[in-house]
Amino acid sequence: MKGIIENFLIFLIGDAQAERMVPPTGYTVRLTVFAAAAMAFLATFALAFSMATGRLADKWTSELSRSATIRIAASAEQAMAQRDAVLAVLETTPGVESYRVIDAEEQQDLLAPWFGEELSLDLLPVPTLIEIVERPSGFDAQNLQFRLAAEAPGAVFDTHRRWRQPLVNAANRLKFMGWVALGLILATLAVVVTLAAQSALAANAQVISVMRLIGARDSYIALAFVRRFTLRGLLGAILGVLLGILALVLMPAAGGPAGYLTGLAPSGSSWLMPALIPIITAIIAFFATRRAARRMLRSLA
Amino acid sequence: MIEFQNVTYSYGGSALLDEVSFSLPQGSFHFLTGPSGSGKTTLIKLCYAALRASAGQIRVFGKDAATLDRDGVAFLRRNVGVVHQDCKFLDHLSVTENIALPTLVSGQKGAKTVGNLNDLLQWVGLTDVANSLPPSLSGGERQRAALARALINAPDIILADEPTGNVDWEMSQRLLKLLVELNKMGKTVLLATHDMALIRAAKTQVQARVLRIQAKQVWLAGADL
Repeated sequence: MKGIIENFLIFLIGDAQAERMVPPTGYTVRLTVFAAAAMAFLATFALAFSMATGRLADKWTSELSRSATIRIAASAEQAMAQRDAVLAVLETTPGVESYRVIDAEEQQDLLAPWFGEELSLDLLPVPTLIEIVERPSGFDAQNLQFRLAAEAPGAVFDTHRRWRQPLVNAANRLKFMGWVALGLILATLAVVVTLAAQSALAANAQVISVMRLIGARDSYIALAFVRRFTLRGLLGAILGVLLGILALVLMPAAGGPAGYLTGLAPSGSSWLMPALIPIITAIIAFFATRRAARRMLRSLA
Repeated sequence: MIEFQNVTYSYGGSALLDEVSFSLPQGSFHFLTGPSGSGKTTLIKLCYAALRASAGQIRVFGKDAATLDRDGVAFLRRNVGVVHQDCKFLDHLSVTENIALPTLVSGQKGAKTVGNLNDLLQWVGLTDVANSLPPSLSGGERQRAALARALINAPDIILADEPTGNVDWEMSQRLLKLLVELNKMGKTVLLATHDMALIRAAKTQVQARVLRIQAKQVWLAGADL
């Protein structure tokens, strides 16, 4: 381990004189820095998007999975009796943490987006709604269903699973697509760095020839190029990630449901995740350049 | 130090050298002569494994050049100083940096190297242009810088390929004198040239022998000069 760290430090600090053997190829180096910055910027967004959709899926799962609703559709005379029966059943159902009847005012608020604030509930056959919150251990939904059917035939038990699951699936799919996008961005970065390195190596065939004539090993020659492109990739990625984070922080805030769209910025320890992008970029640049250099040096033999 | 045994080198189906045999003992001074295109540069390249023999065996420092892998070739070149006709400098580096290149690639650093470098610059008379870039040097200065670079690793063998080809007579004499001095220090020298006047001029300075390439063969051209 100590040897690896020492080699890494030697690689990072490098031999400035040795690196000078390779003439400064401004175009390819600037191209590498720009490509790494652009890709890191996109990667930051892909990562933030993936993490945000992950949080969304978790939120939907955790918030809705522990709740259920009982809807009582019955005539006014029977509704009260059935409501009492349902409450009695819930009172004796293991795993139910709490339950409450959604009152008229709250129902009014729920319907307001569709029917307006002035709606009178007396004009609509609005069913009685009872919200159930289950304990973490959960309850036996099937048993509850049977008991409700027997005690309160007008009660419809809804665990939300029917509409919750597609949303969670969609969020998970989006999360997966975010990771795929991130992978494609990093793969594209590897291609760009490889092409830039190949271009630099081809442009410096004469330099390589001279270095070989004076006794340079191929690994030494390759390292001069690898170090240059790795450090440029790292520099570009740091710039790209910083810009990406700045863009995420500066995104306009929106509360409520819209917050799912604008709240892409990581939170807490998730802020450390974008910091991995420059490291991964440097690793990719290192291996892409090394591979390109080795192939090129073999072909120049 | 260098030994050729029935070496043939072919390119494009035709032989440039055909079953060539000779040896360069330690501390010897040899001229390699022959008409242009006769194969002088090819033979020198075979000596430092820039080319591989098509047949026969080349032994350098007792090792068969054909068995050397890439790293082996690199190590061989660190111990053989080569002065190329076209010098082969990195034009973006100063004269001093170019001369120091072999020490960098072989991982040598420190005061000893700097001391050697300063001594070499003084010895070849390039102190004044030490920080200049190679394109700004005259032909003679380039050749002396190439010689200094060939010597920085203190090799036992010096191969010089037409080092006087692009310089005037006075500079040719100066380069010859430097090579003779090296030979007197115990270095093995092989100097390729088609300049017979230079070979004659060496007569008074060193015990040299002449290898002549003719009809794809290498002949020892007569007795000592």
